Amino acid sequence: MPETQLTTAVVETLGNGYDVAAVRADFPILSREVGGQPLVYLDSANTSQKPRSVIAAISEHLAEHNANVSRAMHTLGAEATEAFEASRTKLAGFIGAARPEEVAFTKNASEALNLAAHTLGASLKPGDEIVISVLEHHSNIVPWQLLAQRTGAVLRWFDITEDGRLDLAKAEAEGLINERTKIVSLAWVSNVLGTVNPIRQIADQAHRVGAVMVVDGAQGVPQRPTSVTELGADLLAFTGHKMLGPTGIGAIWGRYELLETLPPFLGGGEMIEVVRMTGSTYARPPYRFEAGTQPIAEAVGLSAAVDYLTSVGMDAIAAHEEHLTAYALARLGAEPGVRLLGPSDAHERGGAISFTLATADGEQIHPHDVMQFLDARGIAVRGGHHCARPLHERLGITASTRASLYLYTTTSEIDALAEGLAYVRDFFGGKR
Amino acid sequence: MSCDVEAMYAEIILDHYKAKHHSGLRDPYQAQVTHVNPTCGDEIMLRLALDGDRIADVSYEAVGCSISQASTSVMTDLVIGKSVAEAMELQQEFTEMMHSRGEIEPDEDRLEDGVAFVGVAKFPARVKCALLGWSAFKDAAIQAAGNREGQE
Repeated sequence: MPETQLTTAVVETLGNGYDVAAVRADFPILSREVGGQPLVYLDSANTSQKPRSVIAAISEHLAEHNANVSRAMHTLGAEATEAFEASRTKLAGFIGAARPEEVAFTKNASEALNLAAHTLGASLKPGDEIVISVLEHHSNIVPWQLLAQRTGAVLRWFDITEDGRLDLAKAEAEGLINERTKIVSLAWVSNVLGTVNPIRQIADQAHRVGAVMVVDGAQGVPQRPTSVTELGADLLAFTGHKMLGPTGIGAIWGRYELLETLPPFLGGGEMIEVVRMTGSTYARPPYRFEAGTQPIAEAVGLSAAVDYLTSVGMDAIAAHEEHLTAYALARLGAEPGVRLLGPSDAHERGGAISFTLATADGEQIHPHDVMQFLDARGIAVRGGHHCARPLHERLGITASTRASLYLYTTTSEIDALAEGLAYVRDFFGGKR
Repeated sequence: MSCDVEAMYAEIILDHYKAKHHSGLRDPYQAQVTHVNPTCGDEIMLRLALDGDRIADVSYEAVGCSISQASTSVMTDLVIGKSVAEAMELQQEFTEMMHSRGEIEPDEDRLEDGVAFVGVAKFPARVKCALLGWSAFKDAAIQAAGNREGQE
């Protein structure tokens, strides 16, 4: 029985003290039912669930310390400002930034990437080149397409190999990164294939030709220990809600010397130095990039999320994710009709596992239909192109089903998914 | 719950999904439109041929889930042979049913196999799937009618 062997193997490899039951107990939503069945939440790459401490921190802030930051000088204003800046400091420490001023808050990773495109783009000229890859999320495609349209710069793309990794050999042969390259922007971890990109290696290449390395960390930062210096990025975009924090808050980290050279993104309150009718001067980073009232309670929530992740330990979280990914790749890969997308090896691979499903007759079952049947069994997955349409086109499909894992996911949830897929396959194959 | 989902995927829907009545692109036509469902990338290219005020043919090529494919198949059965005005009324009725959250009793004499989709209306996320072909049809009918007036 291969199933039993797998389970045993995972129990053994997880005998490293990682207590997933204790983690799950901290997430109230994980004990609810959907359609009369226990929730099996396999959509964390879309958004993560929130531990009680995050929910409590937001609630406590709003109940006891709510005021605007910086401009409100009264006691509550001072408390709110302190909490907001403490969140910045905590986040900076979490990603290994040299100083808190290297972190500017944004609404989400998309806004952070738009900020990068707008501010870096101010100095682009026609014929300059921007390099991205075919496996990017739309958030790391569209801002660069818009920038290329505005400036006359040329957008160029990394292709992928059959195994779903960046095709470095092809890029080398094409001279993809060259003296015309001004910006390289890549996902650290693919939200569809789970691929972990060799950012350090590509950043070194980019830096050799004087280009700026932008990294979309939306999937990477929640899953892996992050050190911006080791990563090799100049700018790193990420979002709070995929790392146990609330929606409505994200961040961009940048090397301070680079941030200082960048123009403002949005204009408004608190991003200025002096405003005159003849023109304005701007605040120093990070405030230059934080126009208008910021998501303050959300920053407090994100700070609590960082505390939670740190208490579990990012090394332990990454190890748990790798074990689960290996388990899921084996378990789902053994299901008839399942075609897994992306690297087949859990090493250097995140826990986003996308696949297609066909009946015994080889008829493809649409991901919307798969999603609907799984939802009826309490299993939450995502069906669609996961905001990565060019990637799906490259893979020759219009959509896929994605299960994504996180620190609270268990092997029995992956078993439930596999059983659910067998049910869907048989239903559409006319066996039910 | 799995009973609900199996009820949603009624036999009629699965039959249309397999049969895909009137699929394929045909000539001649007076209007051709492409509609997409941006969240999943599902797509339909639809052509409409008029004979005077009658809908002579609706032909299409589509990729999509069983709900969108079946709904398009049912739509072609319903509108081909009708006048544009009658077909637009059916489009209106079907759309209302889909936005009813499954709470209105659809008229089987008018919507025929289309009534099977009342179960889908209980799943708000899938309403767009069921309407993809219908909205493409509506758009094409407006264009074709406009083109015809232009020629007169």
